[in-house]
Amino acid sequence: MSDYLPILVFALLAAALPLATILIARALQSRKPNPAKLEPYECGIEATTFALDTRFSVRYFLIAVLFVVFDVETIFLFPWAVMFNRLGLFGLIEMLIFLTILVIGYFYVWKRKALDWA
Amino acid sequence: MKVLTPTVLTYLKVVILVAVVPAIIGFVVVLAERRLMGFMQARLGPNRVGPKGLLQGVADLVKLVTKEDITPSRAERAVYFLAPVLAVIPALTALAVIPFGPAIRIGKVKTTLWVTDVNIGLLFLLAITSIGVYGIILGGWASNNKYSLLGGLRSAAQLVSYEVPMGLALVSVLLMTRSLSMVEIVHRQGRLHLWFIFPGLLAFFIYFVSGVAETNRNPFDLPEAESELVSGFNTEYSGVKFAFFFLGEYAAMIVISCVAVTVFLGGWLPPFPHVAALKFLRILPPLGWFLIKAGLFLFGYIWFRSTFPRYRFDQLMALGWKWLIPISLANIVIVACAILATPGRSNGMFVLSYIFGGLFVVMFLLAKLRQKLARRERLAAIPASAVE
Repeated sequence: MSDYLPILVFALLAAALPLATILIARALQSRKPNPAKLEPYECGIEATTFALDTRFSVRYFLIAVLFVVFDVETIFLFPWAVMFNRLGLFGLIEMLIFLTILVIGYFYVWKRKALDWA
Repeated sequence: MKVLTPTVLTYLKVVILVAVVPAIIGFVVVLAERRLMGFMQARLGPNRVGPKGLLQGVADLVKLVTKEDITPSRAERAVYFLAPVLAVIPALTALAVIPFGPAIRIGKVKTTLWVTDVNIGLLFLLAITSIGVYGIILGGWASNNKYSLLGGLRSAAQLVSYEVPMGLALVSVLLMTRSLSMVEIVHRQGRLHLWFIFPGLLAFFIYFVSGVAETNRNPFDLPEAESELVSGFNTEYSGVKFAFFFLGEYAAMIVISCVAVTVFLGGWLPPFPHVAALKFLRILPPLGWFLIKAGLFLFGYIWFRSTFPRYRFDQLMALGWKWLIPISLANIVIVACAILATPGRSNGMFVLSYIFGGLFVVMFLLAKLRQKLARRERLAAIPASAVE
């Protein structure tokens, strides 16, 4: 685990840099807020609806779900690829079966137009 | 008593990286980008602050720090505050496992030019760079602005879409590296006398296209698309917080470049070190070679930006899901078959180099031919009376 400790320290320092700068900048800058300035940027006229009240396309959700499927598959491929020279022909056939199942699902998704954005 | 123990040196390197990389981004990369884009667009770019504009970064820093930092009244305050921090952390932390050079000794002190060499280096890099999407989507969401929300959503969809081909492209290289450790990947390229860009040419292209999309850069910069989303997820951000979103983006660019150099271009190795005629290339230290290669990638990013027009969102999704994913899956099968079909430890890689090299030449010639035919057609379509 000692290999990972520097990474943790790195992450903490990387977090400290922006936090410290934002706080220092806060002391240096002048603040003159007014209601119009604090409105969400749109067109200058008082907004009637706000982003978090409105709806958005369900396709973003669909893409996220498909991503989970494909990313988990990628994770399965990582150990296989590293060990491939020891697994040999057995490993290749095994992975071809796995990929075939996946590709069938992929073409089903394609046919159902889940990958089209219109 | 010795002060510079290995542990102390490791943390010293951490501090140096966290301090130096943002400075390089602010003072060198941003200026280089603006000046290069200036030249590519037949103008000068910033050249007023200091000699040749070299102090532009200082001026930008002063301006960004003293600028009023607005939090919109309807924003989710805590998330709005933390989003730029969250965008910076993963992009910088990824640098911890990048080997910038081999083990060296300066005077009596022996050290390595990487912070830590974890045995799952590449997997760690994929994991940590994908955390970067949180900063952007949370920033877009917490602003409570319609443009920001759309920019954040687009960004999330884009980043997860291109994550898959990027991972798959790296899998096909892993078949050849047999290790996930970044240092071991470079050593193996040294032992084979072969950079993985040659047998992994296809993987390299897929990786780089996905890398450009992952960092939200042109021609895939839809999350910011200033012409339609008024800068997208960072519309509401100003001052330092805005600056840190940019720092995160540039740090991610550097990470993508460094990973490409390590995995495909032999890391710190000079080109063709086993060829006697090219021995003189060793006068440059390994770190120098690494920086030159990484610099080439960053130049590529800037070149892309001033060359390609922006994609439409449906085209972007189609490119990722309908082209890059099937191609990278096929690439994995091709590489695996080639390695298995050829006897010996590394013959498959040379066979693959010839296959992909030949394919590349053929495709290049076909593209040239098509260009020529299209030009002839265009010329033929002009009525004779118009040509005077």
